[in-house]
Amino acid sequence: MPTVTYIEYDGTEHRIEVPVGKTVMQGAVDNNVPGIDADCGGECACATCHVYVDAAWLDKTGLPAPGSQEASMLSFAAVTQPDSRLSCQITVTPDLDGLVVRMPEGQH
Amino acid sequence: MNAPVHVDPDTDAHRIPLDQIDVSDPRLYQQDVYFPYFERLRREDPVHYRKDGMYGSFWSVTKFKDIMHVETHPEIYSSDAKLGGITITDRPMQYRRSSFISMDPPRHDEQRKVVSPIVAPANLNNMSSIIRERTCKVLDGLPRNETFDWVEHVSIELTTLMLSTLFDFPIEDRSKLTFWSDCATADVNAGGIVNSEEKRLEILSEALQAFTGLWHERAARPGGYDLISMLAHGEATRNLVNDPMEYLGNLTLLIVGGNDTTRNSMSGGLAALCKNPAEYQKLRDNPALVTSMVPEIIRWVSPIIHMRRTAKADAEIAGKQIRAGDKVVMWYVSGNRDEDSIDRPNEFIIDRARPRHHLSFGFGVHRCVGNRLAELQLTILWEEVMKRFPRIELMDEPKRIYSNFIHGISEMKVRIPA
Repeated sequence: MPTVTYIEYDGTEHRIEVPVGKTVMQGAVDNNVPGIDADCGGECACATCHVYVDAAWLDKTGLPAPGSQEASMLSFAAVTQPDSRLSCQITVTPDLDGLVVRMPEGQH
Repeated sequence: MNAPVHVDPDTDAHRIPLDQIDVSDPRLYQQDVYFPYFERLRREDPVHYRKDGMYGSFWSVTKFKDIMHVETHPEIYSSDAKLGGITITDRPMQYRRSSFISMDPPRHDEQRKVVSPIVAPANLNNMSSIIRERTCKVLDGLPRNETFDWVEHVSIELTTLMLSTLFDFPIEDRSKLTFWSDCATADVNAGGIVNSEEKRLEILSEALQAFTGLWHERAARPGGYDLISMLAHGEATRNLVNDPMEYLGNLTLLIVGGNDTTRNSMSGGLAALCKNPAEYQKLRDNPALVTSMVPEIIRWVSPIIHMRRTAKADAEIAGKQIRAGDKVVMWYVSGNRDEDSIDRPNEFIIDRARPRHHLSFGFGVHRCVGNRLAELQLTILWEEVMKRFPRIELMDEPKRIYSNFIHGISEMKVRIPA
């Protein structure tokens, strides 16, 4: 099963095995990883599962398409960066084994 | 009137012909008897058309997932003030004031982004100590063994102090903010001082005047961290003062959004805890539960009863054919009690697994910008309440306002045993 490393804002690391087909958000929520709120439950409708994708993985996860719902929701999140994604929109594949994401200071 | 609330609402809600159900009747909320109507609609006709109701003809969207669908399709379901805006009331055209909540992308996005940094995580951290200090002071000043109004002494006081900080508004004049907030949302048929749109505009013009003075003062000095400075210096909003009605629209949005909703959650939350003493005991036994209790209170209270959209094109919701121009109303009070999306929705449970999965803040591009500030204020309130008061007694049923939009509590008599 692919492993995803979630790094909290304070630096705490969580290595979690996430089944293929689940989203990075679900992997965090199912394992009580703090720092990802996911208020809307994966509908791409709130921006509270915001993460920064580690530079080494950006090619594989990609960035939200301009004008997409994800880009639109992300534009309202606090403290976004060029490597920001909504983790409910990243589906885990065997290719993403080893993925590293960091959480922002807060979700809103 | 189509919703005779003077009979037993349970019997009536199940006997009345479906097409006669009118959930826009503000008395249903004032008398707190709306639940059985929505239970029936969710079961029998979850996307329900009411022709010629008290507030015109409209679709009611009552299920959580259907509300989410409308929220996430702003290209079809418009918030534009000129089409009718965000409330079920169709105001005469000359009284339809734009603000970023009643705009669609992309203009909505530009204006919203100007003010959203005020509730960024770092700013919330800065605000938390002043919120706690004020909360402690207000709670320590409450009478003991004596009946008093929680709304006036706690809910209004704390939220109005917060609002004056957000605007950097003279703190000694803060009661004006509460007054303007109430006037901005009052139903003209409620029997209050705002009995016409002319009267509303007359009162809100005083707010506009005061805030226009503040604008020029703030625009003349370097940018600050209050909402007026942000608007006066923001790229997308720096000329807003030259469009007084849009400035006023945005002011009332920020005043109501920053005040009324949290106020009613402070009142409704206490009512819920008084009526569910075992849940309050759970909190006192495990104070960390405050983080899941606060969103549960916000779900339970549903401070905004509905939000309205207007269809810009023909579309379908759960098999119902919506026509361009139709008024579509999302009833948050109903979606927040939807058994298909929320486990045991009619129970107040402070340790739910996923308490933030509620509709009270809306979803999509118009999701409440101040949601985490609201949660912060409520968290601090309950942390300080539980430290001080083992018990607070509800002396009477809360008095609710005549409105199908603001789920307001105007008075709530309580007593804190010595």
